[in-house]
Amino acid sequence: MIGQALTDGVLTGAVIGLGAIGVSFTMQIMRFANFSHAELLTWGGYLALLIVGFIGAGAPTAGLSFGWQLLAAALLAAALTGLLAWMIDRLVFRRLRGSGAHHLTLVFASFGLGLVMRHLVVLLWGHESRFYTRELQIANEVLPGIRVLPDQIFILLLTLLIVAALHLFLTYSRTGIAMRAAAESPGLSQACGIDVERVIRNTWLIGGGLAALAGVFTGLTPQLNPENGASLLLALFSAAILGGIGSLPGAVVGGLFVGIAENVMLLVVSPGFKQAMPFMLLLLVLVLRPQGLFGERREGDR
Amino acid sequence: MSGLLSYLVFFASVVLILGIVTLGLNLQWGFTGLFNAGVVGFYAIGGYTHAILTAQPLPGHLGNLGLPWLAGIAGAMLVTAAAAWLIGIITIRLRADYLAISSFGIAVTIQLVTLNWQALTGGPNGLTRIARPLSDVFDTPAAYNLWYLALLAFITAIVYFGLERMLNSPWGRVLRAIREDELAAVALGKNARRFRLEAFVIGSTLMGLAGALYVGYIGFVSPFDFLPILTFQAWAMLIVGGSGNNRGALLGALVVWSIWTVSGIAVSKLVPPSHAAQGAAVQVILIGLALVLMLLLRPRGLIGERSIVSRHANE
Repeated sequence: MIGQALTDGVLTGAVIGLGAIGVSFTMQIMRFANFSHAELLTWGGYLALLIVGFIGAGAPTAGLSFGWQLLAAALLAAALTGLLAWMIDRLVFRRLRGSGAHHLTLVFASFGLGLVMRHLVVLLWGHESRFYTRELQIANEVLPGIRVLPDQIFILLLTLLIVAALHLFLTYSRTGIAMRAAAESPGLSQACGIDVERVIRNTWLIGGGLAALAGVFTGLTPQLNPENGASLLLALFSAAILGGIGSLPGAVVGGLFVGIAENVMLLVVSPGFKQAMPFMLLLLVLVLRPQGLFGERREGDR
Repeated sequence: MSGLLSYLVFFASVVLILGIVTLGLNLQWGFTGLFNAGVVGFYAIGGYTHAILTAQPLPGHLGNLGLPWLAGIAGAMLVTAAAAWLIGIITIRLRADYLAISSFGIAVTIQLVTLNWQALTGGPNGLTRIARPLSDVFDTPAAYNLWYLALLAFITAIVYFGLERMLNSPWGRVLRAIREDELAAVALGKNARRFRLEAFVIGSTLMGLAGALYVGYIGFVSPFDFLPILTFQAWAMLIVGGSGNNRGALLGALVVWSIWTVSGIAVSKLVPPSHAAQGAAVQVILIGLALVLMLLLRPRGLIGERSIVSRHANE
């Protein structure tokens, strides 16, 4: 029982972590909690569905329920969602930043935008759950008493690969170093000749792209629904804050934490309360260690 | 009373109840700069507390205490205040967004509790036979609705003038000082955290009061009376009316609720029932877009805050 819960926790947690990276970076670099980020997951999932509609999900390959086509669709959807996120920034968030509005006005705008984005999905694709593929999968018993779908193992490995690549990118590439500098201190990095608007663009492209992948993964196991993103919103925030705002390993570890806590708690609490679990964890973190696991305490963050 | 007139009485009552919610939100956002993303959560806490305290006893229920109406209202305000205090004490010392996230979390949690804790909340079926004030004196529906409208107008007036009084007092000036320049206010010896917490708790308590008044009006309660969209509606009311102005908050409640109702009727008339979900989505999308445009183009709202430089500036 507990073994299965831990395994399920790691599997969902990896996807939450992937989605939380964008939340964490936005919060660090642009200093606001983006309530519409969860809808980028939904949009990514549905954009991939749109592409799959043209090229198909592919014949099942190597025990997976899909072929390379779905993977290609996911990558294309990630690029499109990144662009969408950047476009929304140009249309709304940048204008608000420029107008010198209270930074909470951005939070509120994101709140309204999230609602609009979610209902656009309902309008375009309807309420009903959708599937990329109708292939049935049988869970393999990887350890005694622990069953995992081949798709889930694939998603986990792919997520680890993406995070490792992103880590190398942020550590060694010029663009990555600029991003980290801007996150540390926007004013100082601007004085050093870093184009902060470019950093912001990259943040949206990366954050949106990762959100889309997370959205495709949640759509793959088990299904695609307009509420997919929104139901993960608290989990994303909790993961980002638990790991420490602005920290890449933090967001991933935070996601794993949230995923595991959620699934282990389900052993004792009714599944109806699942969505509240990340929030309980979040309150605990805010009481005990508000800067998160990997975060640094900052002054004047209000 | 004709159908239209009785509908207008109902409509006005809902506007007043939502007006109290918006006044509470205005205290938090308009005057103190606190972002409450879980308005519906506090509204639901008030409504459900009132229901649990006053509903007629029923076997298999933890609540349903059958207490009088006034006890229900007082209890609703107390429990809402306690919930707001708990969230506030944890998050107000931290980044401003954390209050937004936590209040959103409260709303989600409350929704799950109302749906899943059968013994306390009745689950999806909700609770019925909730205390309604003087329901034996005004025994026809029309007379009762008129009496309740008068009661609501009276309570709204108390809330409005009470808030105006508070906000024009030194306490209110400190709130605005903190919102504009926390550092300066703290340098003058004001405990910013305490003032913020007070404003947050009082504002949320008003939302709880409104929830209790709503439940006391319709006489039953279910999770579907407290949909997450209400948070968004309350914000729309405040932003459209003009945050930082209590008359604006009330005007916003009237304007936004009118638009919402009329567009809802239009959608139900124009869109075939088979596409009702899409129709409702269009309604939310249009209002959401209007709100974002309002933020971009006319952030002051319809009325907006009076900017007072100094009363002695013109002397």
